[in-house]
Amino acid sequence: MSKLVKSIKEAIQLAGLKDGMTISFHHHLRNGDMVAVMVLDAICEMGIKDLNVNISSVFDTHAPFIEYIRDGVVTGIETDYMGGVVGRAVSEGIMDKPVTFRTHGGRPSDIIRGASPIDVAFIAAPTADCMGNCTGKIGKSACGSLGYAFADAMYATKSVVITDNLVDYPLVDYSIAENYIDYVVVVDKIGEPSGIVSGTTKITKDPVGLVIADYAARAIDASGLLKDGFSFQTGAGGASLAAAKYLKDIMIRKGVKGSYGLGGITSYMVDMLQSGCFKALYDVQCFDLGAVESIRTNPYHMEVTAAHYASPTAKSSAVDSLDVVILGATEIDTDFNVNVHTDSNGYIMGGSGGHSDTAAGANMSMIVAPLSRARLPIVVDKVLCKSTPGHTVDVLVTQRGIAVNPLRPELAERFRDANLPVWDIHELKEMAEKLNGTPRKPHHTDKVVANVLYRDATLLDQIYAVK
Amino acid sequence: MRRSMLFLPGNSPNILLNADFLGSDAIILDLEDAVAPTEKDSARILVRNAITSRGYTREVIVRINPIDSPYWQKDLEEIIKVKPDMIMPTKVDSGDYVRTISAYIGQMEEKYGIEAGSVKMIPLIETALGVERAFEIASADPRVAAIFLGGEDFTADMRCKRTKEGTEIFYARCRMVLAARAAGVDVYDTPWTDVEDYEGLIEDAKFAKSLGFTGKSSISPRHIPFINEVFSPTEAEVQYALDVFDCIEKAKAEGKGVVSLRGKMIDAPIVARARQVLEAAEAIGMYRPADSQKGER
Amino acid sequence: MIKQKAHAGTLESSDIYVEIAPAEAGSGIALNLTSVVMQQFGPEIEAVIRETLAGLGVEDAVLTVSDRGAVDCTIRSRVETAVCRGKGEA
Repeated sequence: MSKLVKSIKEAIQLAGLKDGMTISFHHHLRNGDMVAVMVLDAICEMGIKDLNVNISSVFDTHAPFIEYIRDGVVTGIETDYMGGVVGRAVSEGIMDKPVTFRTHGGRPSDIIRGASPIDVAFIAAPTADCMGNCTGKIGKSACGSLGYAFADAMYATKSVVITDNLVDYPLVDYSIAENYIDYVVVVDKIGEPSGIVSGTTKITKDPVGLVIADYAARAIDASGLLKDGFSFQTGAGGASLAAAKYLKDIMIRKGVKGSYGLGGITSYMVDMLQSGCFKALYDVQCFDLGAVESIRTNPYHMEVTAAHYASPTAKSSAVDSLDVVILGATEIDTDFNVNVHTDSNGYIMGGSGGHSDTAAGANMSMIVAPLSRARLPIVVDKVLCKSTPGHTVDVLVTQRGIAVNPLRPELAERFRDANLPVWDIHELKEMAEKLNGTPRKPHHTDKVVANVLYRDATLLDQIYAVK
Repeated sequence: MRRSMLFLPGNSPNILLNADFLGSDAIILDLEDAVAPTEKDSARILVRNAITSRGYTREVIVRINPIDSPYWQKDLEEIIKVKPDMIMPTKVDSGDYVRTISAYIGQMEEKYGIEAGSVKMIPLIETALGVERAFEIASADPRVAAIFLGGEDFTADMRCKRTKEGTEIFYARCRMVLAARAAGVDVYDTPWTDVEDYEGLIEDAKFAKSLGFTGKSSISPRHIPFINEVFSPTEAEVQYALDVFDCIEKAKAEGKGVVSLRGKMIDAPIVARARQVLEAAEAIGMYRPADSQKGER
Repeated sequence: MIKQKAHAGTLESSDIYVEIAPAEAGSGIALNLTSVVMQQFGPEIEAVIRETLAGLGVEDAVLTVSDRGAVDCTIRSRVETAVCRGKGEA
């Protein structure tokens, strides 16, 4: 028996894809992904239209989506993150139906509990065998973890594996198992390696970013959470990585043996694992070659599914045991609500990803951001889009110092004891406005272009078309 | 009280906007190496406007272009009128060099109605000849408030390799400190250039402090907290200094002539040292004379 | 008096790129301004540019300005640099 079919079109046909159905993709190939567009090309040629696309993240490489939206091939998008190119088109009102934004934990939660059914899942796989066992750890398009693809493969009515590296059965050390897969298609190339993972992820050289990182690491040190068993997640932004690096120095100096590092994994987290800062890494997404190499070779560097990572309806997920997470923000308001969906002009250029999942789960969620970017203060009266609710955000770290959510007075106390500069968040806002001026609110229309769902699937906020 | 000085490029708007928040006691806004020859004009205008509008609370030092370049006079023409705390002339190798710059600063002070002599100088000494004439430079002009060793150019001029151990600049460091103290001015150490090696930085800073340097410069804000810590008095040092003055007070009250603390006679050098420690502690907010027991100062 | 085409600044974040060119006497200031913070600060940016030009005695010029979120003191600096270069004083 073999599940091999000759072409994507044949797989689409066999899967029974029809107008109005939902297809899904994962984003492990990041900005190198060729599969989503390849599949839509085939769908378009076959004359199928009015599709709902559930993709864990939309990158700029998915710019052809814009044409498929205009042509009516794609009429709905559900995602956790949307880059600036497609985001701009959506913000300009190109879609009739609003985009549905979920979180990385909310997406698998909704798929698994049936709230977000998928008809056909297309799973880009850097290596697969003829029965559909597949992995991201090896192959010319290796991306490491396939964490976001599990729920799709397991719960879609039909699941199609698309690979550019077919190996003999059985694939050793598979991630997704054959029992979930209906068809396997071999193509020349599933992705552009330079866009899949960066060669190296570099920490910032910007002096402002380094000061923020220094405060962030010292705040974690002072929080009382940095002790044996410590667990940690950080974003891949420059200041976040620098903070992780400084944190590593502190952990080594103090001999702290952490338990696990979580999330999207970079070489810096691998370095912390190898230096004994953690017993293990839970990896839902690899960001660079160092992370891919590590997940392939180090048994203590483990792939986790998106549901295991962050699902709010799982019996437990890894974010629930998290001590500290470092996150970014485009805006944060004086109630600590954070916007990571839009830029300051209201254009979509991001999404929650794991932001609100980790903020909800972690004992201390820390936002690192400069006081202002390109003249726009980071602290505002009200965020343009509430991506992560303020009651789950504990600390804001800027180059001027730290604002602590009034819900966590004990953290403020500890930071003060450690001689860290602690401010009221309103004071940070004033400082930024003194430097930059007070910005006017950007205009928007009243047409809703996206609904932002919280991790529990309740409506958190709406994004409007820009003028 | 300057423990740390941070070099910042003069033509970078975002860095000038944030220069005050990077943790150093002094900021060195650089018009020299960090600025391309084609952008010297824009950098001096940007630095001038930043000093006027930012209201920096840190001490502001502007590093100007060398005397053999076509830029230094224009640098001073733009910068002096906004009253920086200090000017850092580069590749200084004689007292005449200092006096030439000082005279031009004086002209600008007069032109813009600034109190004569208010803008100080911190000559950057980074050649063999400069180190050889360190005392001449340090004592050349009342504007000179400190001298500064530039280790990278110095070792190039010495035709030796710059190492982390710093053996090659040991003699120069000693000469600099000696010259500065003899001339009654402060003295600052060369930056530690390995941005990631904090242990090395701390050792290097401690060593510089042990030789008598006032503080140390840096090219990375990441180094500043370490430098500040090394060059701050310790709590024990502050306590000892307070005890010294306490002891003197008591002895005075009791009419004793000779005073001793912890079995050691308190002589003039101990008092002087204690005073320096308290002054340093006060400058960085470790100690407030108003709400502490204060000895005779 | 602007004698020649000149430019100053960069397109980096927090900076502003200013191009200036001569214009006939009496033609006034022709300003083509784009900014990443147009909605938030557009009128302020334009006012600072015009004030700076007036302060430097520039009455006639064609300016193309691309702002990347520069604060007032940066705007003033880049306009002044462009004017000096345009006057041939650089």
